[in-house]
Amino acid sequence: MKKHWYDYLWAASLLYLLLGFFNILFAWLGLLCFFLPLAIAAAGGTKGYCNRYCGRGQLFGLLGGRFGLSRRKDMPAWMKHKAFRYGFLAFFLLMFLLMLWNTYLVFAGAQNLRQAVTLLWTFQVPWRWAYHGTLFHPGVAQFAFGFYSVMLTSTLLGLITMVLFKPRSWCVYCPMGTMTQLICKAKARKHPAELE
Amino acid sequence: MTSMGKKRRRAVVDQKACVACGCCVKVCPLQAIAVVRGVAARVDGAKCVGCGKCARECPASVIEIREVEA
Repeated sequence: MKKHWYDYLWAASLLYLLLGFFNILFAWLGLLCFFLPLAIAAAGGTKGYCNRYCGRGQLFGLLGGRFGLSRRKDMPAWMKHKAFRYGFLAFFLLMFLLMLWNTYLVFAGAQNLRQAVTLLWTFQVPWRWAYHGTLFHPGVAQFAFGFYSVMLTSTLLGLITMVLFKPRSWCVYCPMGTMTQLICKAKARKHPAELE
Repeated sequence: MTSMGKKRRRAVVDQKACVACGCCVKVCPLQAIAVVRGVAARVDGAKCVGCGKCARECPASVIEIREVEA
């Protein structure tokens, strides 16, 4: 099958994680992975981002598929159940709001910048080497640390389920995927005839 | 000669459980499966030969290979 430029976006996903290791401000680029899927779903009514451009999905596909790092077993039924998918989305959004709140506190001067990455919403990993001071307000860096934590945590979860189940198991409970599917479902319900 | 009741294999997607990730689309050698409007994957019955690649790839394991009447 002919390869397209977007079939190599797994490299961008990998590069993103590497860049955040050297300078945390690169974490801001991750907002693309947040807004692009929503924009494509809202404007085009498709999951074009998941289906074509998601570098993270490609990375899991590559590691679990070609590199054979996946057991290729079915995931447990509860993990693909709507209750889990929507529950995980709600939890993810709640944690995202908490991260925004922490960013706000730093901007407001009520809290100092914490130069750490929080893994799995619990474990504080020192990440001082990636912050070299900035022309911007420390709040800008706080958001970067927070957003990078979200990205690294989701990559870690994705890697675990990639190994345990199928390569792209993350796609089943990915909050962005769940959100874009909800948008697409709502749009399709509005214009049901076009589905046929 | 095709006789009445001849069976053929084809992929069947559990539309309600499909997450529309599109993993199946990428592996189908005949472009017989597509994600329709971001809701769920749908199989083109005329093109599908039931090879099972999509079923193996599907992360949610919601694609089955079934024998259907030709």
